[in-house]
Amino acid sequence: MPVTSQLFRGFPRAKLWGSSLFPCQRQLPCCPTSHRPTSSQLHPIWPTAMPVRGYRRSPDLHSYNLTPPQVNSILKANEYSFKVPEFDGKNVSSVMGFDSNQLPANAPIEDRRSAATCLQTRGMLLGVFDGHAGCACAQALSERLFYYVAMSLMPHETLCELEAAVEAGRPLSPILQWHKHPNDYFTREAQTMYFNSLRTYWQELIDLSSPGESLGPREALLSAFKRLDSDLSLEAQVGDANSFLHYWVLRVAFSGATACVAHIDGSDLYVANTGDGRAVLGVQEEDGSFSAHTLSNDHNAQNENEVARIQGEHPPSEKKTVVRQDRLLGLLMPFRAFGDVKFKWSIDLQRGVLESGPDQLHDNEHTKFIPPNYHTPPYLTAEPEITHHRLRPQDRFLVLGTDGLWETLHRQEVVRIVGEYLTGVHQRQPLTVGGYHVTLGQMQGLLAERKARASLAFQDQNAATHLIRHAVGNNEFGAVDHETLSKMLSLPEELARMYRDDITIIITQFNPHVVGHQGTWT
Amino acid sequence: MHCSCVWSSRALSPALLPRLLSHAGCWAPGTRPRGIWSSPRRLASAVETTQPIPLPSQARVVICGGGIVGTSVAYHLAKLGWTEIVLLEQGRLGAGTTRLCAGIVSVAKPISIECKMADYSNSLYEHLEEETGVKTGYVKTGSLCLAQNQDRFLSLKRLASRLNVMGIPCNVIKPKEVSKLHPLVNIHDLVGALHLPGDAVVSPPDVNHALATAAAGHGVQIHERTTVNHVMMEKGHVTAVETDRGAIECEYFVNCAGQWAYELGQASETKVSVPLHGCEHFYLLSKPLPEPLQPSTPVVMDMDGRIYVRAWQGGVLSGGFEKNPKPIFTEGRNQLEIQTMQEDWDHFEPMLSALLRRMPELEVCEIQQLVNCPESFTPDMRCLMGETPGVHGYFVLAGMNASGLAFAGGAGKYLAEWMTYGYPTANVWPLDIKRFGNLQSSRTFLRHRVMEVMPLLYNLKVPRWDFQTGRQLRTSPLYDRLDTQGARWMEKHGFERAKYFIPAGKDLLSLDASKTFYKPDWFDIVGAEVKCCKEAVCVIDMSSFTKFELTSTDDQALALLQHLCANDLDVPVGHIVHTGMLNERGGYENDCSVVRVKKNSFFIISPTDQQVHCWSWLKKHMPDDPQLHLEDVSWKYTALNLIGPRAMDVLGELSYVSMTPEHFPSLFCKVRNLFSPGHVMFIVYALHVYNEVMSVGQKYGIRNAGYYALRSLRIEKFFAFWGQDLDPFTTPLECGREFRVKFDTDIDFLGRASLLHQRQEGVSRRFIMLVLEDHDTELDLWPWWGEPIYRNGELCGTTTSSAYSYTLERHVCLGFVSPPSLDGSPAAVTPDFINRGDYEVDIAGQRYPAKAKLYPFSSLFAQQRRRKDEMELSNFQGK
Repeated sequence: MPVTSQLFRGFPRAKLWGSSLFPCQRQLPCCPTSHRPTSSQLHPIWPTAMPVRGYRRSPDLHSYNLTPPQVNSILKANEYSFKVPEFDGKNVSSVMGFDSNQLPANAPIEDRRSAATCLQTRGMLLGVFDGHAGCACAQALSERLFYYVAMSLMPHETLCELEAAVEAGRPLSPILQWHKHPNDYFTREAQTMYFNSLRTYWQELIDLSSPGESLGPREALLSAFKRLDSDLSLEAQVGDANSFLHYWVLRVAFSGATACVAHIDGSDLYVANTGDGRAVLGVQEEDGSFSAHTLSNDHNAQNENEVARIQGEHPPSEKKTVVRQDRLLGLLMPFRAFGDVKFKWSIDLQRGVLESGPDQLHDNEHTKFIPPNYHTPPYLTAEPEITHHRLRPQDRFLVLGTDGLWETLHRQEVVRIVGEYLTGVHQRQPLTVGGYHVTLGQMQGLLAERKARASLAFQDQNAATHLIRHAVGNNEFGAVDHETLSKMLSLPEELARMYRDDITIIITQFNPHVVGHQGTWT
Repeated sequence: MHCSCVWSSRALSPALLPRLLSHAGCWAPGTRPRGIWSSPRRLASAVETTQPIPLPSQARVVICGGGIVGTSVAYHLAKLGWTEIVLLEQGRLGAGTTRLCAGIVSVAKPISIECKMADYSNSLYEHLEEETGVKTGYVKTGSLCLAQNQDRFLSLKRLASRLNVMGIPCNVIKPKEVSKLHPLVNIHDLVGALHLPGDAVVSPPDVNHALATAAAGHGVQIHERTTVNHVMMEKGHVTAVETDRGAIECEYFVNCAGQWAYELGQASETKVSVPLHGCEHFYLLSKPLPEPLQPSTPVVMDMDGRIYVRAWQGGVLSGGFEKNPKPIFTEGRNQLEIQTMQEDWDHFEPMLSALLRRMPELEVCEIQQLVNCPESFTPDMRCLMGETPGVHGYFVLAGMNASGLAFAGGAGKYLAEWMTYGYPTANVWPLDIKRFGNLQSSRTFLRHRVMEVMPLLYNLKVPRWDFQTGRQLRTSPLYDRLDTQGARWMEKHGFERAKYFIPAGKDLLSLDASKTFYKPDWFDIVGAEVKCCKEAVCVIDMSSFTKFELTSTDDQALALLQHLCANDLDVPVGHIVHTGMLNERGGYENDCSVVRVKKNSFFIISPTDQQVHCWSWLKKHMPDDPQLHLEDVSWKYTALNLIGPRAMDVLGELSYVSMTPEHFPSLFCKVRNLFSPGHVMFIVYALHVYNEVMSVGQKYGIRNAGYYALRSLRIEKFFAFWGQDLDPFTTPLECGREFRVKFDTDIDFLGRASLLHQRQEGVSRRFIMLVLEDHDTELDLWPWWGEPIYRNGELCGTTTSSAYSYTLERHVCLGFVSPPSLDGSPAAVTPDFINRGDYEVDIAGQRYPAKAKLYPFSSLFAQQRRRKDEMELSNFQGK
């Protein structure tokens, strides 16, 4: 049964051994407005729920055959497209628009995505966030990070105006125009707290800068990432009089998330990456084919520089323990992340915060668990690695994806699939016979296969959906196979995580009429 | 690099010619021609020393385009005795489409004039090698047109009937016989085939080369690597051609530039519209089969599979005409880029599958190459030939619709005749460039239309198909109004005309989808419309008709029309005259109605597709007199035709109520008898009279009718129509219209001498009406046009149009018959020949007995007597 081999290709995919700090999230929607956990649900899953045996069970017991429309409705449930509006029939932006989508494996999904246009400054922000140990941290990033970036980019004068407006109680002019799918939500209860933290940040920015000054995109991204992470940490330490909010900030801080964010302004593309998300540029070669140009480095054990960095930041005595089994302290897969205060705070601070925290935390064994060999915190940082790329006419699109995508498809394959999808069938790399011995029969078979592949593209109106279809449904020949797709999508919630991770994708298409034809805007 | 060479008997001694031609230094150094037709001469390492021979400063004819078409025109002109012919080619001879085309010469073409051209080309190419000593690769392979279904088989049988008329051999055969003729064909899904033993294959560049050699032998100067920039004109005449190597003064210019003909036309001082557009066309070359395919293997045309296959160097050459063609965007591109056209295997996939289905053994055969060959297509799948309407001396021959090789010989001959005698020796109206107007040469229209035309080459063509793309170029102001009332539309000369009106509640979809050679689904609908025309009154929108106004200060207008028209136009003001405009031979150039509006002002109503042709005919004969003014007012008037016994009542009431000049200032109302004595018809020229007519007509049972009803009426009344029955080779005497010729005056109109001569000699062909007997309308195939007519078992003519007569409840065919010639000279038609023969009409191989008639049925004129008084009010009939 070839499908079985497909299904067993996965390893346990939990990003953090021990999975979730707040296992109750499995049963409840993540939205805290409805979150009223009862103590019966608060049982520690560490270490009993190590997902070791689960995937040994026969998947046949749990797989159903989905019809193609059912498959489509699952794949398309979270798809979203945005087209940059045209003025006078012209799109003067370097971005034509983007397609995004996500496919859950966790229940609820721990990935988040954000997209917004900066209104006070120029440029567009796009980001994917991969949460672990719950979705709280990723959710917070998806709501807050772009505000921090937008603030950091603002010139001194704009910040002053903003402050003056708040001071005088005047309405603020909007800072970001969000492009959200209906399922992308905001945590309403926390908005005041978020706003106060943000205001403190911009007040500091005003103090630190002088008139006429603003940060460049690189500094702005760096500052925003670090500041938000420290605010997450601080909010958890301070707590809140409202017990729900207090509980919420602790959930955010004790969970973690990676972030991969792109800022596109004219021909300048900045990618800020923290963790193992990835930004890959689709470059169209002169012959029409597509090649992948990676704009970020993964922060995990596969990256030697990262391993060296972490080992260098701690005493030689910890060299063997700081990275074990390709995980940070033997526990965490990404080597950089937001939140995850268990890897950042001192043991005393962790204990102190937990003791003063809401009652719900007290029964949680996991909170009391201190990572082994925890000697010289912090072990983890949210500091991003920032790449700058000047867009050229041949740069056609940018794929931002969480690691769920990249571990199923090679980046070259990703770029090929998206490139062929976006340019349509006719732009596919043309076949040439030139000198090879090909019989008419062989050619017919080859063409039939190409035709079948092309017809799939017409099912999807969204490039990200098309990519997910391939990521989940590819068979050993690199072609989407309905049976595989159906089996993968019909896995029961508790099994899905064994075979695939949450996948979140944003595909941004560049405007070839603008890109490469203009001077620097910044 | 700008080398040029001349092939001319002036520059070269004739004895040296063949050798020099073979080794002429016209291939650029280091570049090897990339054609698939490699012949040894191409590889000869020529010494590249030839200096460009200067262009002559003047010539009689300059031909632009050194492909097979241009060289054929040069060849035939030279044969007809023309001198000072210069042929210019921007690249090398035969380097365009000719270099790449598949080399099949087949007579299986949709219309007879095309079959004739292909047949002539075939015999020309066959003897070319003999004439010039140049090898042409001519092999008389024969060809097989396969039918996968009964409808296709019927269309092949119809083709066979037509070819029989022309004396071209062909056999309708069974699938089993196909496998005897071709070793590879899978016959399991075939219902039959047509075998054309005369068809051949050639090597197109070699034929091109042979024609050039022969032309050069006759004194034609050929200059390669010379680009025509534009054509200069003065007072509507060609004066010179401006090339990149200087100007050449000339009287005639022939645009044979193939897919660049459109751009070249646009590049002249007065723009010439050459409506064609290029599409990519693909064919596959295989390596030799394990057991090499014999060169004499017949060509296979599997039109249901959209492919053709011929033997090629032991393997096969197979291409096709796909459903989704790729137009070429040629704007501003030069000739060199043609070579960069890409192979597109994904595009070829359906044709490859069809090929392997037809010849499964080819599966193991290796691919040599997929060739992408540009082909030019026109809006109606027929080539573009003849003198352009606006410019004297500017001729065009282009837009070959992927049959360039098959047509080049015959088309070149006809064009040369046209230039020599003023008209070819056959009726080429279906190919005449004047059938198109400016609207049909817009780039967008062409791009859409050629996407439909290319697949149409191999589509099953049933009677009365209409183009679907590029529609609504011109519409009547009533279009929307009629459309909401269920009108189904056809297109003529870009104009939308209602075919019939679908009654409310009928299933529209099923009506539009059906295609058949048998009784069509609109039968009852049209029947009801005809009935209403006969018993009450119908209104037909005839706004598409071409309308001209000719005015003068003095009697110049009358003088001109008296010269051009066969009938006497010196009638009282307000009278209408039905007349032909004849050529020198007495043949119809136009058949129109002329109204004398004022003493010196005439209103000319012609068939829709005469718009360009009639205009240029009038212009050509108009004296250069500023007092004489011709205006095309087709778009100014909406024409409503009220037809039926109650038409007079409707119109009478309408005039009484509101048809005062204040209400309808532009109203121009004439009682006239257009097609048929017996049905009173009115043409009302006015905008928005329609609503009035419909509301007044309600109590008389008025309804809309379409052209199908009108056609049925005109055919049962034995009324000939220009473009269908009448052509430039048909005289009024041959179609029983002596009464419309002013023989009794001594006015010397155009064609008078020929007619007088013919009257003396007697006509050798006669327009007759055939009423089919023993033909089951429900079950038998319907006639269309082009069916052979047999008299006492002997072929004697063909039909030109046909319709079901709802009055006679029979099929009526109109057509021409001629008695067999006894001593080589044509025999005159006698009444006995018509009345005392047993006639049969051959529909797809089945003969149906028919009653021949010289005059329409008098029973159809029952109402005429009733309306006699009104008839006499106006002098309808002329003399």
